[in-house]
Amino acid sequence: MEHKTKIHERIYAALILAFFYLPIIYVVFFSFNQSKSLTKFTGFSLQWYEKMFADRMIMSAIGYTVLCAVIATFVSTIVGTVTAIGLSKSKRVLREAVNQVNNLPMLNPDIVTAIGFMLFFTSLKIKTGFVTMVLAHIAFCIPYVILSVMPKLRTLDPNLAEAALDLGCTPMQALWKVIIPQIKPGIVSGALVAFTMSFDDFVISLFTTGPGVSNISIYVYGAVKRVNPTINALSAILVFVITAVLIIVNVVPMIRERRNAKNVNAAELETGVN
Amino acid sequence: MKSFSKMAYPYVVWMCVMIIAPMLMIVFYAFSAKGNDLLAFQFTFENFARFFSDTIFPSVLWRSLKMAFVTTALCILLGYPTAYIFAKMKPNNQAIMILLVTLPMWINVLVRTYAWRGLLGYVDLSSEMRVYVGMIYNFLPFMILEVYTSLSKIDPNLIVASHDLGADDGETFRRVILPLSLPGVVSGITLVFLPAVSSFFIPKLLGGGQYVLIGNLIENYFITSGDWNFGSAISLIMAVIILISMFVMRKMDYSNKEAGD
Repeated sequence: MEHKTKIHERIYAALILAFFYLPIIYVVFFSFNQSKSLTKFTGFSLQWYEKMFADRMIMSAIGYTVLCAVIATFVSTIVGTVTAIGLSKSKRVLREAVNQVNNLPMLNPDIVTAIGFMLFFTSLKIKTGFVTMVLAHIAFCIPYVILSVMPKLRTLDPNLAEAALDLGCTPMQALWKVIIPQIKPGIVSGALVAFTMSFDDFVISLFTTGPGVSNISIYVYGAVKRVNPTINALSAILVFVITAVLIIVNVVPMIRERRNAKNVNAAELETGVN
Repeated sequence: MKSFSKMAYPYVVWMCVMIIAPMLMIVFYAFSAKGNDLLAFQFTFENFARFFSDTIFPSVLWRSLKMAFVTTALCILLGYPTAYIFAKMKPNNQAIMILLVTLPMWINVLVRTYAWRGLLGYVDLSSEMRVYVGMIYNFLPFMILEVYTSLSKIDPNLIVASHDLGADDGETFRRVILPLSLPGVVSGITLVFLPAVSSFFIPKLLGGGQYVLIGNLIENYFITSGDWNFGSAISLIMAVIILISMFVMRKMDYSNKEAGD
């Protein structure tokens, strides 16, 4: 396509972006409001932040969210990677069958997957709570890890592992020293997907958790029945943290690239290539 | 090397327990009489009969389908031009625009939906309109990203060739760009329609509690009233309708491709 945009096209794109950002900016702004109102800004204050940090329910929700995401990411990344490696060496039938079943939770609406878990746990007389929530999170994260590791395995040269074995490696060593380093980018992106899926999950958590255990989403869902500006403060903090993380993630590679480019230039200068 | 294949076995077991068994559970509950016990199983169609003989339930189902349909249509109408404009920008600006669209998606959905309550306080909208705002806000990014991906894959030479062969901008768009971007629209539809049909927190957070969709029914029967058999039947009805619409979607996509060849 030609790289020319007309002025009305730029305005349209700006309006769409404004639509995406307006509510977020609004909430952050009103988290500093002095009064309880969501429509009238009466003055600057940090009282909702103070209230938020003093609120044990919110603090425990944040704790459960982080703990659940860390455990679910850790377990699903290991299980997903091991399974993907196994599947890449398995018969086609098994591979296809696993892929089809893994597709089920992705094709089904979240609420269907969620009530499936709920019926399953309660029918087996397993008390719902933090453990069942983590189990459900692990279950819905593994397919995403498998999905991001599989393509890396497909492009992997099978001779590499064979060569490692021929050179005297045990299968374990071949796996650890040859296969894993090669598929690392897939494992890392799988872990990232798992973490964000678990951290942001609402529907599955709502149906698999038990009394007294809420994550951030469930807390927000339960607390919005009345006007509650501490949620504005909680939202604002989430926005700050995520923006900071995304800036770091996007800016650090840029700086590193620039530094590498500089080093290359310096090296070239030294060897007189330039 | 063959021994590595054993590494997949534990997950196959886990998958049967944690994915297949829960799905079967829903079917089992939907077809069994009241009483939440696996051992006291009594086969019945009663839950389904109750759903369709009632006046309220089918109308809620219809409302959810209509809402998902209109949301999807609006996402195409708003999202396609956005993606098209992005794809026309300079490569660097394209990357920035895509980053700007993805950024809000990293923020918790509940928080993003809740964020609208303050802004919507200024305007006098019906609960239906408020739910539409929430739906479009949540699902439009998916449509933009899918359409953008397929537009950016189009070989620029095809557009040059179309112009060389005498087509004007409108004709080039209609006969070259649009057909080649349809796969993106189709996957965008899947990503919007599916969660829109089953959504239950958007109507609850923005519709003021009066606006009930099929997802809210399921939630109520599971969490509030504890009638899991009827709740399972409703979910099964919804899942089947979604499966059928996905199937029709895929058929349409396929026949489009046939016609294009």
